[in-house]
Amino acid sequence: MPHSLSSQDVTTPGGLLLVLAILIPFVGMLIGFVFGGGKAQRVALATLAAGLAIVIAIAHALVQSGDAVIYILGGWKPPLGVALRADGLSVVMLVAIAVVICGIGVYARADFGTPSGVKEARAPLTFWLLLLAVWGSLNLVFVSGDLFTLYVALELLTFAAVPLVSLDGRSETVRSALRYLLYALLGSVLYLLGAVLLYGVYGTLDIPLLAIRVRPEPAAWAALALMISGLLAKTALFPLHLWLPPAHAGAPAAASAVLSGLVIKGSWFLAVRIWFDVFAGVVTLPSAQMLGGLGAAAILVGNVVALRQTRLKLLIAYSTVAQIGYLFLMFPLATGLSSAGLDSVVSVNGGMLQAISHAMAKAAMFMAAGLVYATLGHDRVADLRGLASALPMTVLAFALAGASLIGLPPSGGFLAKWLLISAAITTLQWWWALVMLAGGLLTSVYVFIVVVRTLAPAHEGWKPKSPVPRYQQAVVLALALCSFLLGAAVLCPVDVMQIGRTVSRNTLLP
Amino acid sequence: MTLALAVDIGLALLILAMAAWTIAVRDTFASVIGFVTYGLLLTLVWVRLALPDVALTEAAMGGGLTGALLIGAAARLRRTEATVRERPGVLTRTLAAVLSATVTAALSFCVLNLPDPAPTLAPAAAAKLGSTGVGNPVTAVLLAYRSMDTLLEAIVVLIALFGVWSLAHDRFWGGCPQLRTHADSEGILAYFARILPPIGIIVGVYIFWIGADFPGGKFQGATILAAMWLLVIGAGLAYLPPISRIWLRILLVAGPLVFIVIGFAGLVTAGAVFAYPDGFAKPLILAIEIALMPTLVLALALLVAGAPQRMPPQ
Repeated sequence: MPHSLSSQDVTTPGGLLLVLAILIPFVGMLIGFVFGGGKAQRVALATLAAGLAIVIAIAHALVQSGDAVIYILGGWKPPLGVALRADGLSVVMLVAIAVVICGIGVYARADFGTPSGVKEARAPLTFWLLLLAVWGSLNLVFVSGDLFTLYVALELLTFAAVPLVSLDGRSETVRSALRYLLYALLGSVLYLLGAVLLYGVYGTLDIPLLAIRVRPEPAAWAALALMISGLLAKTALFPLHLWLPPAHAGAPAAASAVLSGLVIKGSWFLAVRIWFDVFAGVVTLPSAQMLGGLGAAAILVGNVVALRQTRLKLLIAYSTVAQIGYLFLMFPLATGLSSAGLDSVVSVNGGMLQAISHAMAKAAMFMAAGLVYATLGHDRVADLRGLASALPMTVLAFALAGASLIGLPPSGGFLAKWLLISAAITTLQWWWALVMLAGGLLTSVYVFIVVVRTLAPAHEGWKPKSPVPRYQQAVVLALALCSFLLGAAVLCPVDVMQIGRTVSRNTLLP
Repeated sequence: MTLALAVDIGLALLILAMAAWTIAVRDTFASVIGFVTYGLLLTLVWVRLALPDVALTEAAMGGGLTGALLIGAAARLRRTEATVRERPGVLTRTLAAVLSATVTAALSFCVLNLPDPAPTLAPAAAAKLGSTGVGNPVTAVLLAYRSMDTLLEAIVVLIALFGVWSLAHDRFWGGCPQLRTHADSEGILAYFARILPPIGIIVGVYIFWIGADFPGGKFQGATILAAMWLLVIGAGLAYLPPISRIWLRILLVAGPLVFIVIGFAGLVTAGAVFAYPDGFAKPLILAIEIALMPTLVLALALLVAGAPQRMPPQ
């Protein structure tokens, strides 16, 4: 263990890429703001391309070295300074988020172009600046190795995400944005309280150092409870999900894709990070079961309420509430495995795959809903006739993304749920498997209803309200296909997600 | 000693009373005043704990800036508030009270049982102070050991400003934010707006400048300067610039961009991003702070002023 620790504290080859992955989006935002107008969009798109290249280079560095990529900021080693660390989990999230955000960027060119004849417009400029801000903040969440830097990341993410909800300026969306802001701020405060408590007791905010020092005692339990509750409010896990449906459904399509596909993954990832890497020696099976119980309730309630929705965007938003539930089943399963002396890798990988495949599928679904709205002028589920002939690619994309949410092979959702269910069976926690199967069944009903409705022939003489650019349809289909084919990850020769995670595994098995 | 104890107990009771007042009082405006008072009392607590850096920050941000934002919000709500009265039910309020009490009890238990002496990084921060060239360890933490956090916090302020501006009406985009002014060029406000700024500017710049070696710093200094600017505007003696002005935008991003450029220069000169070459740490830290100053002053003042509300006169 001392050996693995000392290797944690030096900058590795490729470490500089981590700094770039965080700062390039923010630099793009600052420069885009100075130029403004249509130039901001061009700066944003160039930044997306550069950021994608950087993230791929990070993945390359990780696989090449077979160990975590690390950067010591300013040469100040922790605990005094801050280290950036990208292990397998970080890198997989970095890559997935980069792919989705680039897809959203391409799609949004049509919806958030600056109108001709105007020097600058409010919604487009805000969207492009905040898209970059969300990306930089998420990258920071994935690679930061310090609990306070992670708090800054949460703040950045909140302030970048909330205005996206009310981009269209209607008063009811401002209301949902305000509600989201209140939940998110409460979450930040609780997280910060926990972090402060940890510093007070253990004298460091560095994750690997804390993992060694933290002990099962009241202060650690209190910090864990505060931080996890705060993150649950931000992730919208049942019963703290009330802010999510109006916020995600009311935003413009591209913004909904950012919020529902990406933003909630930030706080979820942070919960995973502190649960497994900080508090591995503190968490107990009953506390994990409680998180799992909330997850199971989210799956059942979210899906049933989604079934009753009459508007497509609200249906998709409630489906997010349900899918978040799966993300939290990973906790009792992993803790169950490690307390039985088994390797928790199966369930951690299952949870991560669920996060990634949902990010892709949900972004595709919300953007598909945007195209549906543009074509029909409404998004009433009962009246989707003629869509399949007007937008065949989009309907196919919706069906493929839906298949991934249901968990049909060979989708990423299938592999995720299969890993989670097999972990449930190994640890004799069969009830979680039942919930997952029931959730899949309910999801298949509403996906099926939507797809069947689109197959109905259009009325005589019906014409699309406005034409939809082909590239928008193509990018939605591409994201849905990514999610649908993600199950092929099982063929990957190395377990990328577990690269560089030796320290946490040592502490899991004392 | 006993006098000090009496002061402490009095302060604690006053703070609890102000907190209760802030929650219990029905009128929004009164509640805001309670909150500002509460912030000022907290400032005194930090002074009593011999933490002047925190005290200055609490006075500037917690009491001053947050207070200004809340007063602005309360003033805007005044017209509509009387008609829309949404009160949470008894059950909600009881649950909230129980939850808050539980969290408070758990926190008190943990804080009272903190290890003694508390583990701290303060000696380590002081030991490395020599290589940063600054005399104030708080400045060393903010601009050397954890400079990335400070950079990102400055960016948070800008993102919050974008968020506030995003609430503008489309037709006023690119226009001027406006303070609710009671312009009376001979009134008492205008009088103060003429007398106070020269003093305030000196105090603000002094607090900023002294921050390198003694308690003080850019956030606190920036708040004072922003307040002086807003005072002049609030008195109707000057106007806020349109948000499309290029000089405004350049000043708003200059701080973070200079910070990033100096940070990356460290890669060449000192072997790591955000590292400073030997002997140049203090001038570089000062350069970053000077660049951040206008960014913070403008961003904080514009946050208070709110979204653009009118087009600039042609």
